[in-house]
Amino acid sequence: MNEHDKPNSVEAQARRDFLKTGALVAGATLAPGVLFYGVAHSRAPEEAASSDKRFGLLIDTTKCGDGCNDCVSACNTENGLTGETGPQDSQWIRKVDIKDLRTGYVQSLPMMCQHCENPPCVDVCPTGASMKRADGIVLVDRHTCIGCRYCMMACPYKARSFVHEPLTDQNPEVPRGKGCVESCTFCVQRVDRDEQPACVEACNTQGHNAMIFGDLKDPESALNKALKAASSIEVRADLALNTGVRYQGI
Amino acid sequence: MARLAKWLRLAALMFAVAFSAIASIPAVAGVDLPKIEKGKGDKCVEDTQYMRRNHMDLLKHHRDDTMRKGIRTTKHSLKKCVECHASEKSGSVAASKEDFCAACHSYASVKLDCWDCHATKPGKKSPTQLGQGGVQMQSSPLIAATQPGESK
Repeated sequence: MNEHDKPNSVEAQARRDFLKTGALVAGATLAPGVLFYGVAHSRAPEEAASSDKRFGLLIDTTKCGDGCNDCVSACNTENGLTGETGPQDSQWIRKVDIKDLRTGYVQSLPMMCQHCENPPCVDVCPTGASMKRADGIVLVDRHTCIGCRYCMMACPYKARSFVHEPLTDQNPEVPRGKGCVESCTFCVQRVDRDEQPACVEACNTQGHNAMIFGDLKDPESALNKALKAASSIEVRADLALNTGVRYQGI
Repeated sequence: MARLAKWLRLAALMFAVAFSAIASIPAVAGVDLPKIEKGKGDKCVEDTQYMRRNHMDLLKHHRDDTMRKGIRTTKHSLKKCVECHASEKSGSVAASKEDFCAACHSYASVKLDCWDCHATKPGKKSPTQLGQGGVQMQSSPLIAATQPGESK
């Protein structure tokens, strides 16, 4: 709405009233001033992921406890990772401590695949295995991954791991195997059931509430409201990757 | 006399050959077919003959739909195949040579590497179940075939 429309014209007032009425008809009134529009329903199983959505995550590092590892252990359990942190072990999410050397202020934050809009891992993949799904989730198609690890080198966030040894007893929902690169999938198997990623769920059930997951293209999502309310940054914003994961408080 | 003895010997030989040939006919005709352990399902999502010829195409099509587009229908999903076809004995589709996938694939000597990544057993297992003599996936003849020289 520009300056010319602003004066209290009768038409504008009428339009506002109409919108209000429409809103009341569309949603059921739960309490004065609170409207219930129904829970966002999940995609039907036969429906493909759509670019009408883009999944994203906001991490408030001020709420992220130093030494807290709840998101990491939830990820390991969900995706069948060992939780070891050796050079040959897979880590889909890791806690990183950063210290301001001048002031000595230490912060702790989780770091994982940032689900970039322009992912360098997808750019460099020679087989098309590294891919971005229509809804913005960056994945590795292990059926075509040849294990060359170019994507691991291209990723500025060190988010990807390579499976060096044969695996057994995988979670049926999370196939993983030797010779393939892997990384955070936003728990795509859960997202497709309209659930939150395991890390976000763990963070919230443990009462830290440092992570908000949601649809970046839905202006009404809790994620977008939180993004609008306070300043947040991308890590390595200079690379112009437009990450799906954003941070507050760093 | 000598000629008669020679003729008799020849006749005996021919008889023996003919007899052994008759005796061996059932063995030649009755080639052992793959022995498949029973799973819990009683009817497949498609006709058996159709599945024998086309299961690989259905699986490949479904795998690309699920992986790339996020389509998660269950009719042709590998996870659902495993849930129905896992043998009652080992609880797996590829732990022993009689299990559903392993039976035909080892019989036909067709190597498959689905089980390098995918679980051969349905559902989630608790750590107690893992400890109780469950057949380890690495003991599968298929896994052994796909990972030669692997120390166990």
